[in-house]
Amino acid sequence: MLKDKYKDQIAALFAKYPPERKRSAVMPLLYLAQEEYGYCSEDAMREVADLCGMDPTEVKSVVGFYTMYYEHKVGKYVIDVCDDLPCVLRGADKFVNYCEQKLGIKAGETTPDGKITLNVVMCLAACDRAPMCQVNTDYHYDLTPDKFDKLVKELRSK
Amino acid sequence: MDKHILLRDLDVPNIHELAVYSQHDGYVAWKKAVTSMKPEEVINVVKDSGLRGRGGAGFPAGVKWSFIPKDVFPKYVTVNCDESEPGTFKDHQLIRSNPHQVIEGTALCAYAIGANVAYIYCRGEFREPARELQKAIDDAYAAGLLGKNLFGGNYSLDMYVHLGAGAYICGEESALLESLEGRIGQPRLKPPFPAVSGLYSKPTVINNVETLANVPPIVLNGAAWYKQWGTEKSPGVKIFSVCGHVKKPGNYELPLGKYSIQDLLDMAGGSMTGRPIKAVLPAGSSSPIIPAANFHAKLDYEAMAAIGSVLGSCSWIFMDDSVDMVWAARKMIRFFKHESCGKCTPCREGTHWALRLYDKLLSGKGTIEDVNLIGDVNKQIIGKCFCPLGEFATSSMTFTLKHFKQDYVDFVEQKKGGSEVYLQELARDHHLHELHSGVVPVNGIAVH
Repeated sequence: MLKDKYKDQIAALFAKYPPERKRSAVMPLLYLAQEEYGYCSEDAMREVADLCGMDPTEVKSVVGFYTMYYEHKVGKYVIDVCDDLPCVLRGADKFVNYCEQKLGIKAGETTPDGKITLNVVMCLAACDRAPMCQVNTDYHYDLTPDKFDKLVKELRSK
Repeated sequence: MDKHILLRDLDVPNIHELAVYSQHDGYVAWKKAVTSMKPEEVINVVKDSGLRGRGGAGFPAGVKWSFIPKDVFPKYVTVNCDESEPGTFKDHQLIRSNPHQVIEGTALCAYAIGANVAYIYCRGEFREPARELQKAIDDAYAAGLLGKNLFGGNYSLDMYVHLGAGAYICGEESALLESLEGRIGQPRLKPPFPAVSGLYSKPTVINNVETLANVPPIVLNGAAWYKQWGTEKSPGVKIFSVCGHVKKPGNYELPLGKYSIQDLLDMAGGSMTGRPIKAVLPAGSSSPIIPAANFHAKLDYEAMAAIGSVLGSCSWIFMDDSVDMVWAARKMIRFFKHESCGKCTPCREGTHWALRLYDKLLSGKGTIEDVNLIGDVNKQIIGKCFCPLGEFATSSMTFTLKHFKQDYVDFVEQKKGGSEVYLQELARDHHLHELHSGVVPVNGIAVH
């Protein structure tokens, strides 16, 4: 259970908000749950609801609303490539084609070994350095097929 | 300008470190304010400087602060770092490369309005730069610049980073507050405005990252110093984020009103492709597109309004003459459809139907009636949305139809739709939509 394993971390999260406003911690707690379980499972959402004094359906509505919470299992590494207008002007569309070809999956899918999920996402606020992507939370800029090959090799070896 | 006021990382290596920032006037304004200035004096100097909100709306910052009632407690400062619109990337650089100036500006705002807690709301995708910001906050606490009884006085200030989780709408200030309170990010009815009833129904100032980064040098050097740059109605400096078809994309800090759009394009190295630049979006995907014929306009709030556009967040997306405006408008509508929070019908349904029409054009099945229908759907969104972000969605349609109607006519008459590239793009979006809506199983497991 999160509340036993991450007791201090959870207490520190709640301390950021007024004591009667535990609900404010729902988003950081969902991140914690997602890191622990890999995605926001229904059990995880119930745990978070219990911690914040919320109804589980309310937590589920939060998970459903925000794009960064996963309701199903994803790869160990999630590669999010932005393909909005400014990025495509700098070649992001062709870059996504290359990513799909290299990984042998379509955007939105996970490699059969469960290692890498490829997504195309809305703006990541790095339009000046497109094509770009995030691997889990880290930014990678000015990407080329060569750089992507190296990145994938590195992720596969981890 | 000799030196940058905001993008100081371009002049001073490692200014993101507290020791380096402190050597370059860091936290001098903060100490000066807490130890020798009354809160009203801080508000007045910001008011006198004429600093306008840099998030897009351009509302005078000092005036906003002065709306906060003095006799209601607690009060809050909330910093809007939910930078999420295609074309924007200035706050990203500020929190990553000059975080202490953002912290100091936030602190000065908190002191000015009498708040003891400040939240910096960063979009969830900024987890990596937000780590830099959090480290800077931790260092400021350790150095006694944040926390209890600052500089031996009675004033205390706590500052926290709160991460969103992927929702453009949270850049709308009341949706941001909803999100910070642990709910889905849907905007609130106004009035009451946040100055009266904001976070936890308490008086709250919400300012953009760049707005607050301007505050420490203003408090340190005075309003007259700041007004040496810019025009009477648009004083000071502004970060211009430049991207798209330019050779040197990036953030450029410039005095307002001095340069023209063409100057900005030249600074960014001109066209990346060698082809002529056709148009620019001046404030991300939500702004009225400007054809190259108007590139003589000066870069300030008034001059941009005079050519029927906006200065907004200053996120400049340049496009060369290979860009078909039907395709570009579809890309933008796709974004707004995806990011519609669903609260109000005109935005939720309007962007959905508009995207269907654009998809029909791209697929090669569109007719001139569909082009007219896009105009009709657009009219049913304009002026009818619950929040400004719904209105934002319409700009791409209104102004591509206004300035580039011929692109639409040619698109249909010359049968440009149905090309391999367009069909591939549509297929990818369709596949993702099916995955997200549970129509097809994800990883072999149906999600809904």
